[in-house]
Amino acid sequence: MSHPTVSPKLYFLVFATLLILTGVTVSVAYIDLGPLNTVVALTIAGCKTLLVILYFMHVRYSSRLTWVFAGVGFLWLAILMAFTMSDMRTRSWQPAPSGWTTASASWRADVPEP
Amino acid sequence: MSESHRALAHQFDDLEQQAEAATLGIWAFLITEILFFGGLFTGYAVYRTNYPQAFAEASHHLDILLGGINTVVLIGSSFTMALAVHAAQSGKRRALIAFLLATMLLGAIFLGIKVVEYSHKFVDHLVPGRTFTFPGAYAPQAQLFFSFYFAMTGMHAVHMIIGLAILSVLVGRAWRNRFSAIYFAPVEVTGLYWHFVDIVWIFLFPLLYLIGRH
Amino acid sequence: MSTVAVEARDDFPTATAPREHYLNVNYGVKSWLLTTDHKRIALLYLASITLFFFLGGFFAVVIRLELMTPAGDLVQSETYNKLFTMHGLIMIFFFLIPSIPAVLGNFLVPMMIGARDLAFPRLNLLSWYIYVLGGLFTLCAAVLGGVDTGWTFYTPYSTTYANSNVILTAVGVFITGFSSILTGLNFIVTIHTMRAPGLTWFRLPLFIWAHYATSLIMILGTPVVAITIVLVALERGLHIGIFDPALGGDPVLFQHLFWFYSHPAVYIMILPAMGVISELITCFSRKRIFGYGFIAFSSVAIAVLGFFVWGHHMFVSSQSVYAGLVFSVLSFLVAIPSAIKVFNWTATLYKGSVSYETPMLYAFGFIGLFTIGGLTGLFLASLGLDVHVHDTYFVVAHFHYIMVGGAIMAYLGGLHFWWPKMTGRMYPEGWARLGALIIFIGFNLTFFPQFILGYLGMPRRYHMYPPEFQILNVMSSAGASILGVGYLIPMVYFLWSLRYGAVASANPWRAKGLEWQTPSPPPTENFSETPIVTEEAYNYARQEAVGV
Repeated sequence: MSHPTVSPKLYFLVFATLLILTGVTVSVAYIDLGPLNTVVALTIAGCKTLLVILYFMHVRYSSRLTWVFAGVGFLWLAILMAFTMSDMRTRSWQPAPSGWTTASASWRADVPEP
Repeated sequence: MSESHRALAHQFDDLEQQAEAATLGIWAFLITEILFFGGLFTGYAVYRTNYPQAFAEASHHLDILLGGINTVVLIGSSFTMALAVHAAQSGKRRALIAFLLATMLLGAIFLGIKVVEYSHKFVDHLVPGRTFTFPGAYAPQAQLFFSFYFAMTGMHAVHMIIGLAILSVLVGRAWRNRFSAIYFAPVEVTGLYWHFVDIVWIFLFPLLYLIGRH
Repeated sequence: MSTVAVEARDDFPTATAPREHYLNVNYGVKSWLLTTDHKRIALLYLASITLFFFLGGFFAVVIRLELMTPAGDLVQSETYNKLFTMHGLIMIFFFLIPSIPAVLGNFLVPMMIGARDLAFPRLNLLSWYIYVLGGLFTLCAAVLGGVDTGWTFYTPYSTTYANSNVILTAVGVFITGFSSILTGLNFIVTIHTMRAPGLTWFRLPLFIWAHYATSLIMILGTPVVAITIVLVALERGLHIGIFDPALGGDPVLFQHLFWFYSHPAVYIMILPAMGVISELITCFSRKRIFGYGFIAFSSVAIAVLGFFVWGHHMFVSSQSVYAGLVFSVLSFLVAIPSAIKVFNWTATLYKGSVSYETPMLYAFGFIGLFTIGGLTGLFLASLGLDVHVHDTYFVVAHFHYIMVGGAIMAYLGGLHFWWPKMTGRMYPEGWARLGALIIFIGFNLTFFPQFILGYLGMPRRYHMYPPEFQILNVMSSAGASILGVGYLIPMVYFLWSLRYGAVASANPWRAKGLEWQTPSPPPTENFSETPIVTEEAYNYARQEAVGV
């Protein structure tokens, strides 16, 4: 392979950081941040993923093409999720002359769940 | 180069082209894996957004200690795998074999703990299907949660088992001195696969185990 | 700029001097079943997809027979459901999706870029075996009574209420998906890493651009339908409620996951066909392509935009109105790159020296029929109009115009064009033109009445209909019988040509392209020396237009 060798010391640093981040994500889970809990958890997971991709998977030292390959899968997953969620979240929207209104009846009305 | 390396395939001009192709090939495969697991994550996201309460309650039945230990174990195995690739790149055969075996050991520990977790779920009647029993009004949606729990961690475990099989093949080839500083693409490719399986768990752990723990 | 390197040559020895090539280099079943030569693998695919084509065609014949009368008198409704399901599954997954990429793509991609083989030859062979295994599962399901859910497997029918071989078929489709994935992976890596010296991206034949774009879709889309099929099988087998409304599940979630792949899948089926057309139009007008860059970018644009429109299959399935609007607008946008291609092909013909050999007849057929199919797609993309024609024969006619009038015609055109290269033999031109004509007439007679039927309200997937629709149905069935005869003709003369066809030279069409710079049939290694490319694609000299 043409890219430089990453030193074991750097690998260890990344490993330690990953462990610390794992500890953080578990601890934060016990604190009530409301909707932010999910955001924080996903952000930490994202940071861990970035570390694994950049250093363990050598993408930091790879060609632009590899960067594109590494990123495009996540981008496409984002498309799948975004458009699917956009349908799910707007089920109750009704078109009205001046924009959108929310219908009062939910399609899930008879299933016990707020 | 007057003499071809024994590992140079006929369709390639040199080992560098072959290695470049191998790297792009595994990344293309990982793209398919991202979308494969991604379908599960999408379904999970839809239902978790619709049923936050039910999913939180169901999540409490997961063992956060075992899940946490598994996370550490898997991250550790990624570390040893990275060191294995480094050893291959440096032409160090014994270190390569040692780190590959360490990776396999940690992977096996991960799977062992998963077996323990699954058996607990079985005993607690939390396996979706006819025997599923869940206290409270959220039983139907909790079964949805556990359907995704088993589907996602199960699919992940299948990938780990395949990874262990590949690693054992690598150990065999390393033992027979097939790798060197100029040819170690299979090790690097396996490493990329193994790190990807780690990344899937990095997302699975908080999403499944850490909901509503406050 | 030199003209020496890739000038059209025609002086390779013919079969009068025995010569070793990829077909005769070794003999025996093992040498074929264990081959890693991309050219032999292409022929393995040719044989298997042809078998599946006739199986899928058989189901179509029974369907059209039933539909000759308004009453459901030939088969029971359950049987009819199985017929159209099996017809759809086999034609889509086992014929159309593999066809051009696995046969023509496998054969030509390495040759067009000056390589000795694909990047991963053993993976290529594995692709074929996976395809065959998936096909066997599906055949098993057919023999054991078939499946009646429609090729779309909608839940909760497929997961809970169907009494047919859903899981077996689902496993077959799941397995075959990996064949597609591996082919796409192979093409992408090959095109990135194995182009001959001097072959920059913008000197590539548009056939290669088309297959690159197709491979992107294969990689990005197929895994999603794979996991979706797994979930359907899990729900059906273990009675868990992922899509079951009683447990809070959402059947529309299945549809999102399913169509995320299945809409781009139609672009998997048409993009390679468009690649073939670019090759045919240029050769048979002796002219450079008009707007090379536009066509290349349009191929990628179709692949990318194609992932943003899947909800247009779900306008009436309780998807939100908002999502419906978004998908409708995006569906109009995705038509634009296809239109650009049609304009450019037409402009290529202008002031060209056009000849009417069989491949060109198929190319003309493609342009006309694909345009009709594509324009009717816009009808369907229009949300308000789709509400009325959804699930009617209008939709059936639309996709058959694209898939049969478009994709299959391009496949046949390509097969004829490259037949001399692949086999070293020419097909009989007279019979071939007759076959093309019969296919064209039979096709239009079969499917044009279906536009009218659909617009008048005849629903699809029903084996009985109101009596006033009978005349159009009889026309359609008559057309189908003509179309069937039309497809048999090439079968017969292609086989005949293997033994009795005129021996072909290296470049019987005097076409540009690296694949024509090597003997017909090619040696196993394709080229005796790696070619060096110094000129643009389709570099037909201006003088050729007036036959100098």
